[in-house]
Amino acid sequence: MYKKIFAIMMAAAMMLTCLAGCGNDKPASSATIKIGGIGPLTGDAATYGIATKQGAEIAVAEINAKGGIQFELNFQDDEADGEKGVNAYNALKDWDMQILYGCTTTGSCVAVAGETYADRYFQLTPSASSTDVTNGKDNVFQMCFTDPNQGIAAADYVKANNLGTKLAVLYNNSDAYSTGIANAFVARAKELGMDVVAEVTFPDDKNTDYSTQLNQAKDAGADMMFLPIYYTPASLMLAQAKDMGYAPTFFGADGMDGILALEGFDASLAEGLMLMTPFNATATDTRTQNFVKAYTEKYGADLLNQFAADGYDCIYAIYEACQKNGITAESKPEEICEKLIATFTSADFTIDGLTGSGMSWTTAGEISKTPMVVEIVNGAYETK
Amino acid sequence: MADKMKKLNFKKFLKGNALTYLMVIVAYVILFVMQTLGLLSNSLSGFLVPICAYVVMAVSLNLTVGIMGELSLGHAGFMSVGAYTGAVCSALLADLIPFAPLRLAIAMVGGGILAGLVSLIVVVPVLRLRGDYLAIVTLAFGEIIRNIMQVIYIGKDANGVHFAMSEGALNMAEGGKMIVRGPMGVVGIQKISTLTMGFILVMITLVVVLNLIRSRQGRAIMAMRDNRIAAESVGISIAKYKIMAFVTSAVLAGAAGALYAMNFSSILSKKFDFNTSILVLVFVVLGGMGNIRGSIIAAAALTILPELLREYADYRMLVYAIVLIVVMLVTNNPKIKPMATKFWEEKIAPKLPKKKAKEGVVNGK
Repeated sequence: MYKKIFAIMMAAAMMLTCLAGCGNDKPASSATIKIGGIGPLTGDAATYGIATKQGAEIAVAEINAKGGIQFELNFQDDEADGEKGVNAYNALKDWDMQILYGCTTTGSCVAVAGETYADRYFQLTPSASSTDVTNGKDNVFQMCFTDPNQGIAAADYVKANNLGTKLAVLYNNSDAYSTGIANAFVARAKELGMDVVAEVTFPDDKNTDYSTQLNQAKDAGADMMFLPIYYTPASLMLAQAKDMGYAPTFFGADGMDGILALEGFDASLAEGLMLMTPFNATATDTRTQNFVKAYTEKYGADLLNQFAADGYDCIYAIYEACQKNGITAESKPEEICEKLIATFTSADFTIDGLTGSGMSWTTAGEISKTPMVVEIVNGAYETK
Repeated sequence: MADKMKKLNFKKFLKGNALTYLMVIVAYVILFVMQTLGLLSNSLSGFLVPICAYVVMAVSLNLTVGIMGELSLGHAGFMSVGAYTGAVCSALLADLIPFAPLRLAIAMVGGGILAGLVSLIVVVPVLRLRGDYLAIVTLAFGEIIRNIMQVIYIGKDANGVHFAMSEGALNMAEGGKMIVRGPMGVVGIQKISTLTMGFILVMITLVVVLNLIRSRQGRAIMAMRDNRIAAESVGISIAKYKIMAFVTSAVLAGAAGALYAMNFSSILSKKFDFNTSILVLVFVVLGGMGNIRGSIIAAAALTILPELLREYADYRMLVYAIVLIVVMLVTNNPKIKPMATKFWEEKIAPKLPKKKAKEGVVNGK
């Protein structure tokens, strides 16, 4: 009996080995520039990692089809964990990576950025938004807004468009992203003379009951609520707010992007919700439409969000910079690093991409582009 | 007669502590030489310090779970106390003590002491609870520690060290430096952990734990595990020995946490959640309850395994799980274990005649 089970299990393991082996039989051509990628492909944050990976793969395929510079992307799993991220980075170093694209999540990215800074690899992250990622490291650049910049932009937007007089902020105080935006938003709002009547927190994205927090905001008389949180907790919170009959203006950050694609979510709850996102898949410009078409054909529309778009833009930014500097497959990582740093920080280097046009970078590695606000109208994004 | 003696000695050697020490020392020497000569891949040299930290975690948890026989699910909590304390110690002492190994040693001692103090709080319920109930309490403890870590802010400026529960309340002067920043964790840690320091910590842990087990106190702890009432009836103070085992285990976990933290440029409290506690428990169970050498091997093997499986890409974690189940069955199932042993003796062992022949020659001489 046991022998049988054992045999079956061994057979299953072997078959898996074969299957997995098949996927990796890509011929390694020698004339490609080797780009390493890191992000979570398994675990709670897997959707973000997979989206950034797929977006980047679309860009790599397009670039390779053009002829000229050829890229090869090796994307490794880090489970959104710093230790695993450093392991993935070391594995990529053994693979002779030349440029690092990643990491997807902030926690892992901060740990890996410490390593790339010491080893002199050029690093461009699609979505790790904390200032810790770039702080003190000249070789790390971001494609997304930093958390404080996003909080400041949100406060400015609320003020300029007069979205509310009494503001409440709801955030996850165990999450660096959420706390970072919320702190900057509150500081900026006070600077602009706006009235922040409630700052309410919840401890974990797995939280399911937001009635206490909503009541606090309601009792304080808030007529606008800023939600720098991810879409999964936000979806529950919106439903509970509706049940309570509490309807202030809800304003979210880019973590809210994806709420309409959430399975089982009643889109009418999000009607009138405003959020900051760098990418709108329904935009009519040709660049976006080409990307949406290519992405949907290859991977379906499930993860067609800002993470995929950020990944796509990252690869194009690297491509432009490589072209400018004549980087080849033989270039050393340190040499590439110094050249690309000079290019990215130079005043005349700008990128037009899916998440903005005329994007440029400061010497601190932070991106400067125009923030975009969308409102959900009839279950679709409408650019404001 | 002489042969019999030799055989007996060899068996004793296999069961004794000398082999455990020897194994660790040999592994260290080989790895150290290879690292110095630059023969290790980047991947492998990246694992060395985390493996040392996990080995210490596994051995110290084995003291609670295997030797004392109480299930603890909050071991990562002690590790995080040690990690945070160590990182803060190291950051504060950076200017005072430029010599990195000494600073790391102080950080590890500090981490260990604070983890030990925290464990004294947990000991209160530990003395009153057993079995599943204790497991739940330690689990809750681990979560509480993690949540506290998420709201701690520590900064240093010209006026001294500041401590607060929110960023605004810190009131830092111009030019001050934040060390711990709530959910952002500790950032900007100087990486001072080395294989040698990890090895020293592993050796200290082994000396402490193995000697404790073989001492009078260790026998009392095991007696308590085997039969609490009988142990009490012969005058063993349950409270005293429970505190001893539990606090020793926590202190070592704290030191391991400090070693671990100083191997990365940043740490997050999220890292030390329930999953990490379970991971360490898996090391202990897989290596065998109460088997210190098993814990060391399991911790090292299971840390490397997921990385070796990287080539299987998407199937990585699936293969990892299957390997775990298979190893668990082969090593611990009473029906499969003899089967595996038999398979080894009948099919594999006869094919390895050379070794035996050589041994014979040596014996003949």
